[in-house]
Amino acid sequence: MWDGLLVGVGGFFGAIARYCSSQWIAGRVSSRFPYGTLFVNLLGSFLLGFIIGGKWGTSIYLLFGTGFMGAFTTFSTFKVDSLQLAKQKEWRVLGLYLGISYLFGILFAFLGYTIGAWING
Amino acid sequence: MIYFIVGIAGVLGALFRYDLGLLIHSWWSLSFPLETLLINYLGCIILGWFTPWAASHKNFPSWIRVGFGTGFIGSFTTFSTFSAETLALIQKGLWGIAILYVLLSLWGGLLMAWCGYRLFKLRGITREE
Repeated sequence: MWDGLLVGVGGFFGAIARYCSSQWIAGRVSSRFPYGTLFVNLLGSFLLGFIIGGKWGTSIYLLFGTGFMGAFTTFSTFKVDSLQLAKQKEWRVLGLYLGISYLFGILFAFLGYTIGAWING
Repeated sequence: MIYFIVGIAGVLGALFRYDLGLLIHSWWSLSFPLETLLINYLGCIILGWFTPWAASHKNFPSWIRVGFGTGFIGSFTTFSTFSAETLALIQKGLWGIAILYVLLSLWGGLLMAWCGYRLFKLRGITREE
């Protein structure tokens, strides 16, 4: 029950933060490249790495990790965006989007983890 | 108001992810992160179907489109956990499983989004007949 509450509260703010970020970015950059989704996914990967590396305990992990970062980042929009690019035959943009998302997602998680472990090690 | 709807849908999406993850975890004990992969696949099928379906309806209420698509399915699926799990596999030296996980997410996710889209198309064909 308590665990669910933490995940729910995190999910509430994570979803709103993602929506605001993507609206904000869409209002500034007009491009076929899905900058909004890329931004939240990379930032979220970094911050989740930071939370895991810092080992701040189960409650913090459920609230900020599973709840907030889980909802802040998204996989479904990432893939539907990619499918759209494939249908429009934007192969170069698609390749860049997939490559940057996976490579830098894992790299940023590593950087976050290292910094988190260093601060709270 | 739309922010509140996105937030409430986000609560439901995050809780569904959390509970489904626990359920899968209760019978899956190998080091391959099956929970996140299945959750992300499911979300890709649903969003792959929902996005063109909502767009095909004239005057479809935007609060449902944003609430369900961005709020619920967006929060149900996750990318940060995928990155962190891949990192954890690499840190344990399980390179083979890490590479398998990345490839299954990359191509499987695209395939699932495409299946969702085909599901939408299929429905369109049967309606025309």
